Amino acid sequence: MKKHILTGTLTALLTLGGLSVPALAGPEDVVVENAWSRASIGMNRPGAAYMTIRNTGDEPVTLIGLTTPLAMMPEIHETKTNAEGVSSMSPAGEIVIAPGESIALEPGGLHAMLMRLQEPMTEGDTFPLTLLFDDGGEVTVEVPILSIAARGPED
Amino acid sequence: MQRRAILGYGAAGAGAVALMLFVGWWQVDGPGGPEPIGQRPVALTAMDFRLTDHEGNAVGPETLIGRPTMAFFGFTYCPDVCPTTLSDISGWLDDLGDEADEMNVVFITVDPERDTVETMAEYVGYFHPAIRGWTGPEEQIARVADGFHATYERVPTESGDYTMNHSASVFLFAASGRFVTMIDYHEPREFAVPKIRRALEEETEGAT
Repeated sequence: MKKHILTGTLTALLTLGGLSVPALAGPEDVVVENAWSRASIGMNRPGAAYMTIRNTGDEPVTLIGLTTPLAMMPEIHETKTNAEGVSSMSPAGEIVIAPGESIALEPGGLHAMLMRLQEPMTEGDTFPLTLLFDDGGEVTVEVPILSIAARGPED
Repeated sequence: MQRRAILGYGAAGAGAVALMLFVGWWQVDGPGGPEPIGQRPVALTAMDFRLTDHEGNAVGPETLIGRPTMAFFGFTYCPDVCPTTLSDISGWLDDLGDEADEMNVVFITVDPERDTVETMAEYVGYFHPAIRGWTGPEEQIARVADGFHATYERVPTESGDYTMNHSASVFLFAASGRFVTMIDYHEPREFAVPKIRRALEEETEGAT
């Protein structure tokens, strides 16, 4: 009995914690932090966005895709650099985030690749980016657009 | 007596050979040598290529001799690695302050089809003013990559475009043109500025 009350309290706390995040909607266990992107030159080049995605729940969550009005083909890509120092980029596929774990989308690793931009990414603007999960859940974040030379969310 | 002397010379000779081997190992593969994995570039003085900088000037390896050089490959349609490298370099140059004025900093495209002189001019304009953008005909880019022992490859993407896989290291040369070391893409960034200083110091030591 006592144990049940404790579990219930914990669940309520986690739920509250989940609701207080900048995400607009979606699975309350997913917290997105430090989202940022770089301004683009025109619309011909792909853009990239970065963030930390944290799973505060008790079950794994699986990120299966992205949507945004900014780009027709947003996709999670991963940059890899081999022993010879050669960098290459490829779609990362589905990403499972274990309970209590987080994944970092950061320069030189995983990133939200924004292909076929619908408009230029202008420094100072923001755009909505929706993360799609395999259970049908969605989380939308507003991603600030920083300078083309930005190095991180603080720049 | 005589035999002992010969033995002595023999031992000294063997010792000298061992020392030379050790010195060679130290300078080439050992802690005295450049750390990075992969192939090292030849000296700039041994390279031969003709490119155009982002202001339309004809440039080649000889343009870089006389000042230490930081050079790297990329392309302006690169969403992740290239802007990251360019902004890292801009940060290192800010850290170096006046010292950086003594350096050549060159961004060489591996995608000359899309990276024209005008494109390079616009792109480098967003980063540190010391960074020069070089482009040129594909066969000349291939010659640069040969000299650097760098690689690049055109890869189609699902969106119908293409992207470029390429060497992402930053190469450092002394003012003499001699290759000093490289900064690997995944190397902790706090090692970068001391490495650049090493290339700058080679100049004042009058590197051979």
